[in-house]
Amino acid sequence: MNPCVLRDLAAHQLRHACRVLLDAGGRMQIAYAWHPNHKLIEVRYLVSVGAGRPFELWRCPVEADQALPSLAEETPLLGWYEREMADLHGLVFQNHPEPHPLVLHEGARPQRPPLDPAYPADAPLAYVEAPIALPHIRNPDVQLLPFGPVRADVLESAQFLFFYVGESILHYHPRLFFKHRGMEKRCEAKRPEQGVILAERVSGVGSVAHALAYCQALEAAADCVMPQRAAWLRVLLAELERLYNHLHYLGHLCHTTTLKVGEAQGKLLEEKAKQLNARATGSRLLRGLVVPGGLAREPRLDGLADALETLRVEFFAYRQLLEKTDSHRDRLLTTGLLSHTLAFDQGATGPVERASGLDRDLRRDHPYAAYAELPLTVAGATEGDAQARANVRMDEIEASLALLQRVLLMLPDGPLRVPCAPPPGSEGLGWAESPRGSLYYAVHVDADGRLARVKIKSPSFSNWRVFPYTVHDSNMMDYAINEASFGLTVAGCDR
Amino acid sequence: MPLWTLFGLKQGKASTAWPAEGGDDGQAGVLGMPRLHAERCPPECSDCAAVCPTRAIEALDQCIALDYGRCIHCQLCVEACPAGALESSGDWAYAVTKRDDLKYAPAPAVDETQAQAVRSGIRRVFGRSLHIRHVDAGSCNGCESELQALNNPFYNLHRLGIFFTPSPRFADLLLVTGPVTHAMKAPLLATYEQMPQPRWVMAAGTCAVSGGVAEDGYACGRGLEGVLPVDLWLPGCPPNPAAFIHALLVLLERQPQRVREGRYER
Repeated sequence: MNPCVLRDLAAHQLRHACRVLLDAGGRMQIAYAWHPNHKLIEVRYLVSVGAGRPFELWRCPVEADQALPSLAEETPLLGWYEREMADLHGLVFQNHPEPHPLVLHEGARPQRPPLDPAYPADAPLAYVEAPIALPHIRNPDVQLLPFGPVRADVLESAQFLFFYVGESILHYHPRLFFKHRGMEKRCEAKRPEQGVILAERVSGVGSVAHALAYCQALEAAADCVMPQRAAWLRVLLAELERLYNHLHYLGHLCHTTTLKVGEAQGKLLEEKAKQLNARATGSRLLRGLVVPGGLAREPRLDGLADALETLRVEFFAYRQLLEKTDSHRDRLLTTGLLSHTLAFDQGATGPVERASGLDRDLRRDHPYAAYAELPLTVAGATEGDAQARANVRMDEIEASLALLQRVLLMLPDGPLRVPCAPPPGSEGLGWAESPRGSLYYAVHVDADGRLARVKIKSPSFSNWRVFPYTVHDSNMMDYAINEASFGLTVAGCDR
Repeated sequence: MPLWTLFGLKQGKASTAWPAEGGDDGQAGVLGMPRLHAERCPPECSDCAAVCPTRAIEALDQCIALDYGRCIHCQLCVEACPAGALESSGDWAYAVTKRDDLKYAPAPAVDETQAQAVRSGIRRVFGRSLHIRHVDAGSCNGCESELQALNNPFYNLHRLGIFFTPSPRFADLLLVTGPVTHAMKAPLLATYEQMPQPRWVMAAGTCAVSGGVAEDGYACGRGLEGVLPVDLWLPGCPPNPAAFIHALLVLLERQPQRVREGRYER
């Protein structure tokens, strides 16, 4: 798979290979399965061996009824990927520490695994009533609070179960995937250029990052080199996306600490950023520009540099005020502590991992678009609390604004788009550092040149797995602040 | 804290006066639904229908039929059209009370009396105010992003007497986003059941109107049709905040509906 180093492994070699990788300081990124033909399933592990070195892709064929060893004990972040493959492909992982359904919920009774190519198209899943797998609690003082899936305010649907005594949360269990739309399956049999419309709608506030990762996967499959101007403009779009997302994040964080004027100002700056997006691209969420082979049309850049400079000045004043407000900072400091080890083992990504001392950023470590040609400051912190996560995002806003001005200043002229037709039977991997962290698309093209399998790994799928570890043994008062400090989306995770 | 009070005062008023005269709707540059100039359609051309990802366009013999309730304004049809029959536009105020009003057919059956008769009757009950319970039934979070913007200082929805409420028991309107995934169908119906009568339902965003890009499949539904009785339809991917406000005001009979028989009044 372009542009990865391939390695074929048999099932019994996986554990050893995984241990060797971890000892050498590498990290598992994602795992997914696909069906090269009707008889065979192949499980793939994407492996990062270090910054600046190409990703490795491990391929492991699985015969019918063969079980694979679970690697979740060695590298816990794979736990969810294995459960997802169990739900959607019917694979069996031996000795899995959390052998429960994840994506399809308890009670799903599919006639076949939904991602099996033989699953009848458009047949809805059958569901029966079934209890949720929850810890068994004997002490009657411990209460269970189920919250959601329809929550207060305008929020995405998800259910949170709290086991608590008074103010203390003993155990927290998020039940996600109410919004599972089967987006990966919906991509199948589509023409490659149609897939980008779906990719943009996996997570609306990550439209650019999703479109980028998808298009880069196709371009890798087609060995297509994008024109320079398009590469630079893709950086522009990606950083505009980071800007409005992080501004929204700060406003929402103030909402949870009840800093009302701070909330209003954060959301007003977000609105200004979205209005800039609309003037430049025609879409407040920056949709419809990124296409395989480049960009669909030229954005309107007149006045953008001045408007961004005004925004920078306003943001600077906003940040200064936030940093002077003790009542706000008191609620963030030491809230939702995530240790370096936990962040690494459970697979934290983006600003969340960078706030816990992990210095990783796909834009710098595995550059795409024009990032290799731009000076990039990667923000970081080591405290691992809500304040650190907010600080990283505030630093990233400043870095993005500087990067945007640089792109506008140095933007090369030239064409915007080249033909990009991945040949039949080809496959490619694409990635992007979205505002919330690492995003991967693995794309397989069938013999007719249509999409055979699209694997989508969004950053929130990683961070939702990590988040509960910061909630156990915390208290109810801090929950909303902690959740906001992670900046999670549900749509990206659920797909 | 006094710092913030001072800061807030110094900032002045950020809210737009729109939809009052002279107010800025904040949507400069936004691309809306494509305009159709059917008279320019070349005979037997179906280029637009072939590229439409949501089957919003159906090729007929001499022209096309267009269902704006399925449109996600991706602009692919505009790029594909060889004759300029489809044109990019800033038309986004697409809220209608009858689903059929989103369908452009070559020869509309114009019925003025019926068009006038369609009224939600909501004003009689609630005056000008409205409380909304939102349910995300499987959206991409794009609609939520724009709904959350309604309470930012620029749009400041409260100035219009419209509020989001946490409990369905205080809600007049159920605002639904997303295509209604299988797992969200039961919670959605349970929320509706908890609402006191009279109650209204709004399908917000193309997913809720018709299923959108992920329609059907093993886990995804096809919107609210057949699930709940819908009183207000607003396609858009996502609808922008001004489109949401216009839609709510259409329901409250405080703004006229702009679209009839798939034709947008400018």
